[in-house]
Amino acid sequence: MSLLIKEKQLVIPGETLAKGMDFVPSDGTYRDGDEIVCGQLGLISVHGRVLRIIPLAGRYIPREEDVVIGRVVNMSLSSWQIDIGYAYEANLSLRDASSDFIERGSDLAKYYDFGDIVTCKVIQVNRAKFVDLTVKGPGLKKLKGGRIINISIAKIPRVIGKQGSMVSLIKQVTGCEITIGQNGRVWISGEPEKEYLAERSIYLVEREPQHVGLTDKVKAFLERGGVDGK
Amino acid sequence: MANKSLDYITSLLQKGIRFDERSLEAYREPIVVERVISPRSSEGSARVKIAGTEVVAGVKLSVGEPYPDTPDEGSIVVNVELIPLASPEFETGPPDVAAVELSRVVDRAIRESGALDMKKLCVKSGEKIWMVFIDIYPLNDNGNLFDACALASIAALQDAKFPKYDAKTGIVDYSSSSNKGLPIVRLPISCTVLKVGQQYLVDPSFEEEQALDARLTIAVADGKICAMQKGGDGALTFEDIQKMVDIAFRSTELLRRKLE
Amino acid sequence: MASKKFSRSDGRAFDQLRPMETRVGVIPRADGSALFRIGNTVAIAAVYGPRAFHPTFLRNPERGVLRCNYNMMAFSGSGERVRPGPSRRSREISLVTEKALNSVIDLSEFPNTVVDVFIELLQTDGGTRCAGITAASMALADAGFLMKEMVSAVSVGALEDNLVVDLTSEEDCELKAVDIPIAMTSRSKNITLLQLDGMISKDNFFAAVELAKKACSALHDVQAKALREKYPQGADENGK
Repeated sequence: MSLLIKEKQLVIPGETLAKGMDFVPSDGTYRDGDEIVCGQLGLISVHGRVLRIIPLAGRYIPREEDVVIGRVVNMSLSSWQIDIGYAYEANLSLRDASSDFIERGSDLAKYYDFGDIVTCKVIQVNRAKFVDLTVKGPGLKKLKGGRIINISIAKIPRVIGKQGSMVSLIKQVTGCEITIGQNGRVWISGEPEKEYLAERSIYLVEREPQHVGLTDKVKAFLERGGVDGK
Repeated sequence: MANKSLDYITSLLQKGIRFDERSLEAYREPIVVERVISPRSSEGSARVKIAGTEVVAGVKLSVGEPYPDTPDEGSIVVNVELIPLASPEFETGPPDVAAVELSRVVDRAIRESGALDMKKLCVKSGEKIWMVFIDIYPLNDNGNLFDACALASIAALQDAKFPKYDAKTGIVDYSSSSNKGLPIVRLPISCTVLKVGQQYLVDPSFEEEQALDARLTIAVADGKICAMQKGGDGALTFEDIQKMVDIAFRSTELLRRKLE
Repeated sequence: MASKKFSRSDGRAFDQLRPMETRVGVIPRADGSALFRIGNTVAIAAVYGPRAFHPTFLRNPERGVLRCNYNMMAFSGSGERVRPGPSRRSREISLVTEKALNSVIDLSEFPNTVVDVFIELLQTDGGTRCAGITAASMALADAGFLMKEMVSAVSVGALEDNLVVDLTSEEDCELKAVDIPIAMTSRSKNITLLQLDGMISKDNFFAAVELAKKACSALHDVQAKALREKYPQGADENGK
């Protein structure tokens, strides 16, 4: 009847997390007899009686309502195929592509051409993981210029920061526009040297182990123009 | 991901600005050349890192028959395997044309510079010669595999020692080394120069390689050019080539010091 | 069991593993990766996926498919060069590696996709398929897949009537040991790889499996330590 681990401890698949029936297994954990067992490498989170794993790695898995950064890779007569970093391309149909009415049979390349970068929202995912997207909604649009970097899905919350504090800080100091997709793609647009500074500060956040003074550290890094304090 | 910001990389490069703010003629640091694989497996080996790009090379020596047209010379085989372990872009199956080109360009620098004294690889004229196999495996492709593979091949050759060979029985005893190195005559060093717009740059990152108009690999030994390979769809002018050769001569001096 | 006079050419005790080294995250472009060295055998495993699966007819609409590929680098053998490319041997090892890992991994979240595990041997001195499986299990955990438990593997065997753990190439090939590669899961202690080459009594076989069980448990400790080392945790984190 006891917990064998501490909150936020790293746990390994097969490791016993708790004994007895007082706890309930959730994401990344499973019950084996009267034990709860780790079923995914990650940090353990104990919330009341519920045990779950916060993963440290893993590719993007599309979920409804995710805002992602995609790239147009192909088009048919009535839809576009968008690479969103999942194994298979997502579908963007005519009616979801623009708030303007697009007539059937019009030249789709006029709206989105091959290689265009688009922020879009996942509106539907079925069991076979077919994904439908929309570009209708606030903040959803074609992105022009700038650079795209990839970060680990597991590190997105940290790059965003509490109530967006981290990304706001980086935007403010560098003057860059920054958009973070739930699929781990980050779009940065500004002066080239400022983009590079923003890029490196995002990698700094991604790389650092969880750190109490991380915001201050990033602030100092940005103010020194990208020279690491160490 | 390959994306439209490729245009953006290109537009910056055309202004002489690189994504990581390096100057156009600067190699990434650190460049590391080290020995890795214990003597038990290969006769010589090396690991080369150019910042994130990493390759391992191993030399295997065995005794075989000479080619009929060179009865008193050893042989060399150079093979680069783009193993799918290293990158999502590399695929399983027979070597694709990129791996073949890489192998042949590395091979040519060694062969045409006369890096090894092939006659000293002859055991018995017309009957037995040493065969030198150089196998190179990228473990991470962060750009510029051409220069990294070429450097690793030379470092592995420098490291190699003959195994003991019994001329009477014709058996190579791989478990004991003779402590005798290969008959190295000179060290060819390769530098690949990219042309993007009107700019020339060395040591491209993976993204920069996607932006190239043309590339020229130039191998240099004893102050002479010993092998070249032009790649990419763009054409080069005579003046381009002059400038690229000058850059390569300067850069290969830097790389040569890494072998010391 | 082992007679008192018996000694191994490298001086190890009959149940002693060779020195080991592990590192997680060695292949930057991969989703997960690990290096595992045991004595002079060095394996690197890298995981890619879930990703698009071709050809289409191999896809499973209900779950992702695990696909393993074992390969020896051309210079990794102790004798002549190994010809690059797949051989009958490497294809069979790829197959049994897949079977050794499949029962612990859950790919039901990734229908129609493939998860590729590439195993490369940089140098070899016996026990290569086992080293590959041990590395692959770490690489899959590192990639963040749902896994019920870890897998570790070792080859056990008999030199005449003396049981030994973690055979070297010399013991396997020159001294003609009975070779029994075994993979075992870390929690339920189930066997997911079992092969046997040579003649051995029933009693000795079961005693050898018991030895493998102990060795796999030691291997698992090494795997767990390497995974924890990749993600060092600051004191402030635990204090929160």
